Amino acid sequence: MSEDPTAAFRIEAGELLEQVEQGLLDLRDNLSDMGLVNAVFRGLHTLKGSGAMFGFDALAGFTHHCETAFDRVRKGDVRATPDLVDVILSAGDHMRALVEGDAPEATGQAILSRLAAAVDAAAGGGSAPAPAPAAPAKKGWKLSFRLPADAMANGTNPLALLDELRALGETTIVARTDAVPPLADLVPNHCLIGWDCTLIGDISHDAIEDVFLFVMDDMEITIEPLAVEDAGADADPVAQVAVEAAVAAPVAANDQQDRRAATRTQGEHVRVPAERLDELMDRVGELVIAQSRLSQLAHHGNDLSLRSVSEEIERLAGEMRDTMMVLRMVPVSTLFGRFRRLILDLANETGKAIELVTEGETTEVDKTVIERLFDPLVHIIRNSCDHGLEKAEDRIAAGKPASGLIRLSAHQAGGEVLITITDDGRGIDRERVRAKAEANGLIQPGQVVSEDELLGMIFHPGFSTAAQVTNLSGRGVGMDVVKRTIESLRGSIDVKSVAGQGSTITLRIPLTLAIIEGLLVRVGEGRYVIPLAAVEECLELSLEEDLRSRGRSIITLRERLIPFLRLRDLFVTGTKPDTYQKIVVVGTGAERVGLVVDQIIGNHQTVIKAMSPLHRNVASFAGATILGDGSVALILDIAQLVALGQPREERRIAAA
Amino acid sequence: MPYHKIPNWTPEQGLEVLTFGLGGETFALEAGIVREILDVMPLTQVPGADEMAAAVINFRGRIVPHADLRVSFGMDRHSTTADSRIIVIELELDGNPTLIGLAADRVNEVTVLHALDAEEPPVIGIRWPREHIRCLVRREGDVVVLPDLPHLFARLTGNSAEPATLH
Repeated sequence: MSEDPTAAFRIEAGELLEQVEQGLLDLRDNLSDMGLVNAVFRGLHTLKGSGAMFGFDALAGFTHHCETAFDRVRKGDVRATPDLVDVILSAGDHMRALVEGDAPEATGQAILSRLAAAVDAAAGGGSAPAPAPAAPAKKGWKLSFRLPADAMANGTNPLALLDELRALGETTIVARTDAVPPLADLVPNHCLIGWDCTLIGDISHDAIEDVFLFVMDDMEITIEPLAVEDAGADADPVAQVAVEAAVAAPVAANDQQDRRAATRTQGEHVRVPAERLDELMDRVGELVIAQSRLSQLAHHGNDLSLRSVSEEIERLAGEMRDTMMVLRMVPVSTLFGRFRRLILDLANETGKAIELVTEGETTEVDKTVIERLFDPLVHIIRNSCDHGLEKAEDRIAAGKPASGLIRLSAHQAGGEVLITITDDGRGIDRERVRAKAEANGLIQPGQVVSEDELLGMIFHPGFSTAAQVTNLSGRGVGMDVVKRTIESLRGSIDVKSVAGQGSTITLRIPLTLAIIEGLLVRVGEGRYVIPLAAVEECLELSLEEDLRSRGRSIITLRERLIPFLRLRDLFVTGTKPDTYQKIVVVGTGAERVGLVVDQIIGNHQTVIKAMSPLHRNVASFAGATILGDGSVALILDIAQLVALGQPREERRIAAA
Repeated sequence: MPYHKIPNWTPEQGLEVLTFGLGGETFALEAGIVREILDVMPLTQVPGADEMAAAVINFRGRIVPHADLRVSFGMDRHSTTADSRIIVIELELDGNPTLIGLAADRVNEVTVLHALDAEEPPVIGIRWPREHIRCLVRREGDVVVLPDLPHLFARLTGNSAEPATLH
């Protein structure tokens, strides 16, 4: 939580822009929804107001134009059109840049002129009711408003507002006291009176809104042009207003209820910097370790009261750790939501019609995981849209609907979350993958490779099957980067593809990076943790088999040759092997490798700690963890370790 | 003058240090970087790590490298005694504050060193690489060594350093 108000504004602005963007995207699908128009307008209005307050004058000025445009949409002056929405979307990007403070002036000007063009087009094409409200506006306005009950506590003076209205022109004000309760229930500092006003004169709508600028968001207000006869007759404004109020009230009440509900849920959220959560997580980890030492002590002694306290603390520490885990979880909807805009842009760039369907948005994943998933998913979705989906005419020729479908779904399975990206495009061209793999020397011409292996080729560095490089792909981030990112999250990636029907890419990601389920093993005198997700099975390596395999380090497992690494040699423990060594078979992608250890101690779930920067050059370990007795065990980085062991094994075979 | 190499050390103002014994010599660290002095605890060896920081310890739930200056100064390693300690220090490495546990045969005292007693390490007469030392300080008829810790550890974090391999 920063003390710097500008930083706080940046965060707020980011959220507002996010809301505005989501609103615009919804609006694009449903152009006549006035609720959405109003929501977007409110967002822009707040952004303008707080931008000006924090000295972001360029932002406030720019936003003002967009707000004005939306205000006209709101009043039915201008129709909402896809063009207009698109312009405001790109204006949103420019506003983001303005918030960051690196926006070129020319971009803003270009957007504003596009905005003007879009507004003109939309206004011209509309039923042109524009002059209609203008005429009676000369005569005056009728407005009724009610301030929020706590308005006075927040520093609003209703009398000053009424004075400001009076200053605009000839004004009749009638107080509505229907909401004032009996004296006994009255809270004296609540503002419970509503007002109906008639303003006569040549007053602009904006001038009236300006009076309420700072309370607008929380109050009920209706502003209507005064009909000609009303202004003249002025006979019974109260009766007229009463009817009006009766009609308007339920809507306003609903609206206010919604808003209240919204503020209530917002009030329950607290913004906490992620580092503080990490610190808390560390403390909880220490507590769990201290608790397990306490519980060992308690079980060695005969003190019953000590034991009961120890058990109590064990329960509390466990619950605290679980709660802590949940604190860091956020729904994937925060991730998926960001792709709606991407799909829209991709559709515009490629000229293909693309539909995005998302499922399982409520699935929760650790925040750090979500952040690191964004880039790989962008890449995969770009690939699907660019290479996977066909052009509309090809799709129709193939008997598919003209618009392509991208389906993003998430669901939880055990300690993992599965994210699948499915497209209904042409599928991966195996022939081309094969040709490319042969050209790159990844496989020999004519070599027999399995389906999975062939599709797995797309993850090799420098591999692209796109016949032509477009703006979308070929940006220097390949699928190999995607794969590496996913693996760095201790996840895996899997491709399925049916020719002519599309491809499915599945990412399996652990729910959290903070906790690991591991197999605790002993090598020499050291204890190590092998991530359980990588473990396939455990076998015994008898001494004679060990001796016999000295030269080749390969075992046969269900008709497959599996190379193995002696961790004792790799770690230079200098100890004698146990009589009954074990082989832990681990999988890295398509490869299976056996790791020879002295003893398998058991399952172990614990908090992962990063290695110190001083050990950054030691690639064999992904991190470390603290065991129940307070000592440290290193976590093996399977992918790195196998890579490290591979040439060594080859060297030995070559030497033998 | 050699004391210029150490921030905030002027002839008027002494330098507050923690002195400790290692391999028969007396070393000194600026007291400000010392976080805690720990009794010896079990070390977890990190296979493949540089010999100078070949192990890690659990320092209040954090994984902290255990470094032995004897390796850089070419001293013999003695077995631990009742006086052995681990001095946990915080160093700025690559812009990040990094905790390191330093092995010490014995921890002496917190004292003040005077700038005018500081000397450049002589070109001959010492068996250690000169760049490992910031300066030598005469004190009570003895010599206190101020090691250049950022230099010693930068080798392990820097990208220029050759990646450590398994032996």
